[in-house]
Amino acid sequence: MVNRLDELLRFHATALGLRGERQQLLASNIANADTPDYKARDIDFARALKAALDAPSAPAGQTGIPAGAQPQVLYRTVQQPSADGNTVDLDVERAQFAQNALRYEANLTFLNGQIKTLLAAIQG
Amino acid sequence: MAIDKVFDVAGSALTAQSQRLNVVASNLANADSATGPDGQAYRARQVMFSTLPLEGDAAGVRVTGVVEDPSPMRRVYEPQHPLADKDGFLTLPNVNVVEEMVNMISASRAYQNNVETMNTAKTLLLKTLTLGQ
Repeated sequence: MVNRLDELLRFHATALGLRGERQQLLASNIANADTPDYKARDIDFARALKAALDAPSAPAGQTGIPAGAQPQVLYRTVQQPSADGNTVDLDVERAQFAQNALRYEANLTFLNGQIKTLLAAIQG
Repeated sequence: MAIDKVFDVAGSALTAQSQRLNVVASNLANADSATGPDGQAYRARQVMFSTLPLEGDAAGVRVTGVVEDPSPMRRVYEPQHPLADKDGFLTLPNVNVVEEMVNMISASRAYQNNVETMNTAKTLLLKTLTLGQ
């Protein structure tokens, strides 16, 4: 029974974990906007989510991204690299950061909805 | 949990950018200091940033050092000045005020960006804490 509850919440829990990872990467890019030779990094979210969901599910009681399916970090292809070797485009990073934050909140809303549904079923 | 690392990343950037702002302030304040404690004119300083690897894939910023600008000093003809050399030239700092102002704006914008990053992370974490309520 507990397993089925885990299964129900797994999609959004995994997505939330990946959104968190991506938020951290984007924050690193923004923080290093002036560091010479820093290369902007990101993950391919759709592929990372698929890999995490396809991976054998974690043992009961353990949620989030399975150990074997950590997202692959890629370097961003950039339109205008700086002379100092830095490839951070602040406009792109800030837009992605805002979008990722919004989707994180959307994920939280979906999870909250699922939890409310479950509670309604339990309490009648 | 990855979002809490945003605080470490943005925090390190705030420290680095405020140090850069300090150096800019010092350069601007000494733009006309003809002599310092060592008897020499002030030399402009610049901070050097490098990536600070944190746990996981997170990357912060750190200041690896403050270097003196090797460009030639400004020399003006002022024979009545007590510090002028035998040809009547006075050596003044090699601070480029325009460059320093640009540097200042850049540092302050970068600081603001990181504060915003931190605020967003805080909002997201607070929302996560109320999950299921």
